[in-house]
Amino acid sequence: MMASDAWRSRNVPFLPGTGRDTIRRMVEGYPGPHGNAPSQPQHPSTTGCGGSLPPPAGKELTVFTEKQANAVRLTALSREALAAGLTTGLTLADARARLPGLVAIERDHTAEARLLARAVEACRAYSPVVAPAPSDGIVLDIAGCTHAYGSEDGLVADLARRLRRQGLTLRLGLGDTPEAARARARFGAGPEADLLALPVEALEASPEITLALRRAGLKRIMDLACRPRRMLAARFGDLALRLGRLLGEEDRRITPERLIDPVFGLRRFAEPIGRVEDGLACLADLLAEAGATLLERHEGGRRFVARFFRSDGAVPGLVVETGRPVRDPGIVMRLFRERLEALADPIDPGFGFDCIRLDVPVTEPLAPAQDGLGGEDRAAAPLAELVDRLVARLGADRIARVAPLDSHIPECAVAIVPAATEPHWPAPFPDDPPLRPLRLLDPPQPIEVTYGLPEGPPRRFVWQRRAHEVARWEGPERIAAEWWRRRIGAETWLRRDADDHPLPLPLCASGRTRDYYRVEDKAGHRFWLFRHGLAGGETEMPAWYVHGLFA
Amino acid sequence: MRESPSLPPAPGLQLSASPLTAEPCVRFALGSPPLDAMLGGGLQRGQLHEVHAASDEDLASMAGFALMLALRAGGRTGHIVWLAEAKRGDGLLHGPGVVELGADPARLLFVTVRDEKSLLKAAADVVRSPAAGTAVIAPGPRPRHLDLTATRRLMLFAERSGVTVLLLRGLGEEMPSAAATRWRVAAAPSTPLEADAPGAPAFAVDLVKRRGGVPSPGWRLEWDRDAASFRPAPLSSTVAADDGERRVAVA
Repeated sequence: MMASDAWRSRNVPFLPGTGRDTIRRMVEGYPGPHGNAPSQPQHPSTTGCGGSLPPPAGKELTVFTEKQANAVRLTALSREALAAGLTTGLTLADARARLPGLVAIERDHTAEARLLARAVEACRAYSPVVAPAPSDGIVLDIAGCTHAYGSEDGLVADLARRLRRQGLTLRLGLGDTPEAARARARFGAGPEADLLALPVEALEASPEITLALRRAGLKRIMDLACRPRRMLAARFGDLALRLGRLLGEEDRRITPERLIDPVFGLRRFAEPIGRVEDGLACLADLLAEAGATLLERHEGGRRFVARFFRSDGAVPGLVVETGRPVRDPGIVMRLFRERLEALADPIDPGFGFDCIRLDVPVTEPLAPAQDGLGGEDRAAAPLAELVDRLVARLGADRIARVAPLDSHIPECAVAIVPAATEPHWPAPFPDDPPLRPLRLLDPPQPIEVTYGLPEGPPRRFVWQRRAHEVARWEGPERIAAEWWRRRIGAETWLRRDADDHPLPLPLCASGRTRDYYRVEDKAGHRFWLFRHGLAGGETEMPAWYVHGLFA
Repeated sequence: MRESPSLPPAPGLQLSASPLTAEPCVRFALGSPPLDAMLGGGLQRGQLHEVHAASDEDLASMAGFALMLALRAGGRTGHIVWLAEAKRGDGLLHGPGVVELGADPARLLFVTVRDEKSLLKAAADVVRSPAAGTAVIAPGPRPRHLDLTATRRLMLFAERSGVTVLLLRGLGEEMPSAAATRWRVAAAPSTPLEADAPGAPAFAVDLVKRRGGVPSPGWRLEWDRDAASFRPAPLSSTVAADDGERRVAVA
């Protein structure tokens, strides 16, 4: 509920040496989940926090709860809940006892942070110096930002309108310092409330100090402002500091959230250019500029987006990605050309391009590297370049490495990872024959096996209508199902194909034990077979599968 | 300040890092002395070598044999690019199985493409760049477009870049080709371990074509994973009996 406020500023020109500058700041709040100070009327939010709210539910009383010190307490209330007499801080059990139909939603800090970030984004239109004041406030320094709105009040009104459209309930306060603005927003009656008349809670000192002040009969800021600061500091620690900031005697700057400028380049043409080659030449220029910017920042781009704005409105684009940060225009240009060649239908200039734009949306740190003493360039990482070229031509999902996964189930033991990663594989034990096949058949293929009941090794099997006599075998290697997954049931394994028909369940969904055998037939072909299920225990008649082929 | 890319060259690239310094005639030995002597010291790097499978059950053996040749050509730390014609994510070798043959899957780069023509295009890209120490090209079991022109292109690129290229022809019929050698691989009974367990991978290998030399069928090789090397397979009675059968089947 609450939210706070705002600030203002008087635009006195700031001249060095002419005295104090009177910069004012605005703090503006958004409906957070916290209750307001007890002395203030509550301004409940009807929107709650984040995008995670259920749709408005008629006359239902909605509250937000959080577990605090082993008790689930209300942290935010809807207007209706407030009208029904609930207050924040009440335990949910008590509230339910009074109003059984209560709808309780658990507080979601992440969603609140997202909402706050969105509100901060909206405020950036008013001032470049905007900082969030978690968990439910925003501070703006609006010194020198009011000319577009005529006055501070115009700006405040506009900002309030904009944020209310987003569904936020606001309390605004203006002040010469962020603390003053914040106190007016949270504890004052209006944006320009009298600071001296505010309660001592507006100092936001610890509850013990506030209680001590109240017991001493110091109820308002004015009671403190007239006392010597030394005495306050001796008795209450940093209270004097807080008071000084609130009253504007000390001005603490806010640390704004600053966005780093995106890296991009743009060329507009007086006359549309009609050849793709000319467009590419221009793109090479833009790349060189972007490369210079990236070098200044000690960064390299991982993703480059070129857009060709055609005069008839179509905007064909090219995107290339690299496996490591680069800023060498030659490399990126080569990738763009690869990408262009790989396009099914080439870029059609139509009536020509008006404008060409290059963006580097993803960047990573890349320190400048020094050439060797002899002046020779260090050899580029040629494989990385090759990978980038293949990715540009074929798509990232077609270039892969395999990485080990921590699972005993053979088909779950391998992950396909991007080519840029360096997976670490353990070395095999010396002197062992290969225990895992070179080719894994996924899914395993059913075979008919002659074997000694109930748990004997395979003697003969038929796969793809061809019979194999087992000449040598080793086993069984027993691999049990992952019992911690067995209980989640078969639904989690269910997959559907493109036409929404359920695919057959994978074998690991059944939760049966497998007995693996390495076998070699008379001709020397080596297979990896397994018996699925323990006879008598897990199944009546275990099925057999061939799961892999050895070299 | 001029800048150059920040990554140091990968350690496995010395073999073929620079096309200018790559000796076109450097050979790599297979590890079996009589076979190496017959080949004049081993197979040539920077050349195209073809591998056939004797039957459809020997396709896995063919892939394994090619992986072992690549290991011999590039060493354990050399980069291997495995180009396969397959659906997405399919057609890859099983990582733990690769480890079991003595290779490091982290050094294996898999490129999967949809059809044979784009496979050849991608292969040309890979072979032209000296970055890939060894390239294994694995089209489907019965490739159709690998004619003399395609193989000659690959051979020329390989000679220029120093990349050793292994072409897996599977069950495809023997077509005219520019390859330096052509091998036909079949699985062979392994030397049994204790309790009659299957042992190290064993192959019956025929060198069916060799540029500037005579074919030489009937080699038996075993793969010694710990030494990352082939060795002659010891003959046993079962092996000899099986040998005759297989020859008849091939003929």
